[in-house]
Amino acid sequence: MAKVVINKEKCKGCLLCVSFCPKALFIVEEKLNSKGVKPVKLKEINDCVGCGQCAVICPECCIEIYE
Amino acid sequence: MNKSFVRPKSLVDVSTHYCPGCGHGIAHRLVAEVVDELDIREKVIGVTPIGCAVVAYDYWDFDCSEAAHGRALAVATAIKRVRPENIVFTYQGDGDLAAIGTNETIHAANRGENLTVVFINNAIYGMTGGQMAPTTLLKQKTATTPLGREIKYHGYPLKISEMLAVLQGVKYIERVSLQSPQAVLNAKKALKHAFENQINNVGFSLVEILSPCPTYWGMSPRQAMDWVRDVMSKEFPVGRIK
Repeated sequence: MAKVVINKEKCKGCLLCVSFCPKALFIVEEKLNSKGVKPVKLKEINDCVGCGQCAVICPECCIEIYE
Repeated sequence: MNKSFVRPKSLVDVSTHYCPGCGHGIAHRLVAEVVDELDIREKVIGVTPIGCAVVAYDYWDFDCSEAAHGRALAVATAIKRVRPENIVFTYQGDGDLAAIGTNETIHAANRGENLTVVFINNAIYGMTGGQMAPTTLLKQKTATTPLGREIKYHGYPLKISEMLAVLQGVKYIERVSLQSPQAVLNAKKALKHAFENQINNVGFSLVEILSPCPTYWGMSPRQAMDWVRDVMSKEFPVGRIK
């Protein structure tokens, strides 16, 4: 299973990763970051395969993937 | 654990000033990835435009120069002629390359300068507040065309890539888009080809990137991506032009 690391301080909440993830694994966090936006996070239980589509579409480059 | 996707080294680890969902962030990362993959970070020189990407030099960890509005290709020509061993590229938006800088663009292309041009087309003026650009689509509403762009008053969208393709000095032109992860990967391939052309002394190469501007299109980031796919790429067909 792949590990997705999200830089929550850089996230601007555009939610492109949420809409492009083929497995719909992203959800929005309730807590605000220092920018005042609700960043995304991965679901606690997930079966991410590390396809990388979220990282490729992220305009802020705040998603890194490790396998 | 192996890293399968990490931030490119040529992209400075800072937060950008772009709006959420803006295509500039993706395009910046693609340029940085290509520079890293071709291992030209020590000899690449970028020329940044006036427009939303005016401080792109803050986000790239390689040498950059700023140019007056629209004159990026004139500045890049000078840099390349004085320092032919460097890889010189310009990063320009539609207001910079296709409006005020049309003169410099056409003549640099016609001279066949060995340069790489990254042309961001978002069909609107972003930095100044969403006014009509030459590339604005017909019926598209902007701050200066509140009823939509009309042929009678504003003419047709300017297709600068097709215009340049007829010039003999131009060697490579491709239009790509950022509408989906697959399209972003294709855009990276085109950018890499354009940089390789310069390394191999092929000549003038331009990559036009259809990029979303959710803020001034009045859409959510995902709607803007879909608008690029469904509306914008009908007017500006994606693919290799020359």
